[in-house]
Amino acid sequence: MITINPCSAELPGALGETMPFLCDGTVITLQSAIGGSVIAIAIALPVGLMATSRHRRARAVARVYMEFFRGTSVLVQLFWLFYAMPLLTGFQLDKIFAGVLALGLNLGAYGSEVVRGAVRAVPRGQREAAVALNFSPFQRMRYVVLPQAFVEMVPPMNNLLIELLKATSLLSAITVADLAYEGRLLVNSGSDQLIVFALLLVIYFLLSYLITLLMRFVERRAARVVGRERPRRRAARTVEAAR
Amino acid sequence: MIRFDKVGKRFGDVSVLRELDFHVGRGERVTLIGPSGSGKTTILRLLMTLERVTSGTIHVDGQCLSHMRRGDRQVPADERHLRQVRKKIGMVFQQFNLFPNMNVLRNITEAPVRALGVPREQAEDKAHELLKMVGLADKAHAHPSQLSGGQQQRVAIARALAMEPEVLLLDEVTSALDPELVSGVQNLLRDIAHQGNLTLLCVTHEMNFARDISHRVLMFDQGQIVEEGPPEQIFTEPAQQRTRDFLQAVLDA
Repeated sequence: MITINPCSAELPGALGETMPFLCDGTVITLQSAIGGSVIAIAIALPVGLMATSRHRRARAVARVYMEFFRGTSVLVQLFWLFYAMPLLTGFQLDKIFAGVLALGLNLGAYGSEVVRGAVRAVPRGQREAAVALNFSPFQRMRYVVLPQAFVEMVPPMNNLLIELLKATSLLSAITVADLAYEGRLLVNSGSDQLIVFALLLVIYFLLSYLITLLMRFVERRAARVVGRERPRRRAARTVEAAR
Repeated sequence: MIRFDKVGKRFGDVSVLRELDFHVGRGERVTLIGPSGSGKTTILRLLMTLERVTSGTIHVDGQCLSHMRRGDRQVPADERHLRQVRKKIGMVFQQFNLFPNMNVLRNITEAPVRALGVPREQAEDKAHELLKMVGLADKAHAHPSQLSGGQQQRVAIARALAMEPEVLLLDEVTSALDPELVSGVQNLLRDIAHQGNLTLLCVTHEMNFARDISHRVLMFDQGQIVEEGPPEQIFTEPAQQRTRDFLQAVLDA
């Protein structure tokens, strides 16, 4: 079997001319998407839980964060972190780090909403049974509510992660050499526009499809934990065919 | 064992319980009957600390549920105090409320292990024993969703008993079951009631079941006790017109 390195400069014609650069960009895009997801999830869990808290102050802090970062554009947040912060504090962030941080903060706000919704969707009877069994508030959350809420979180999180992947293209605005940036650079230096833009489409799509596959896997695992195995597609189809 | 003193409970503008006084002795089995909305379930929920009283006090085994003593002042109970008093009380719900993220065995062992600190092995031995008692010895590793309603409710009963409560609250435990599954669960509860010295507080619409298991029946209407007495008297010669109307309506249904 012959394996073809898709990033090789040996590829014929326009591909060999563009793919090495696009691959470099893809790596940066993936890195920022992964970094952004880690920050977003690390923020979403505690903030989402705070938003369901009994304590008014915790809810207020969560609310302010969520509204602020959902209500302003990622691009503007990016400008603030990268350009305005050094002016105010004299502290210059690395551009990729600033980008990843802006993405994480922004998508973390959406993620918090997902976590909050999922936690509230756990039936009240489950919490009450946990109280009746004398679990502590922490134990109720850890052993009863969160495992059940987790299943609900996965599909909307899939959406958010895809959003996040696509939003990484904004990082090119602060000259991070991501996929979109490399693409524009190639076009500006005379590569065939149609080919470059088509390749951009394909690569972004493959990456987001990768996320979907990954999240489907997580979803299946999670569904098994609560004994709610999704009916297999094939089974569903046979039922329909039998009608 | 249980004492209600002038207990009032309001939800917004609706007054569910008014100045309610009653007492349940240790080992006594009491059934609460009455039309829906008369406050029966609220009484169980107050005892389980799922709700807080609006006024009055509840004592369980001499301990106040809603307040605790700090120095010589009464202050609202904190979580630590609540966990202390809850130890004595167990509850079985109308909707079973088994945890879907655990199998049957873990549903039963999780609380003793986590909340009481019982070693897991010991908790599992006890769980197997309880499952045998409720007739589900072979279902330890089944998932709740694989069980019928009646089986789920038996697991829920075993789960409540695993915490070794002194008071067991039964909240319409057969109302959500298919008719043919009701008697199995009732027979089980009858056995449990007659074996042990559990104090039992039971809300039900099944009058025959109430007659079989209780020492005393309380008839509720509009948040107050209308009539109380031994089941033989309440069901055969009720003194109050309200009780007669209610029993008539239940029998006709």
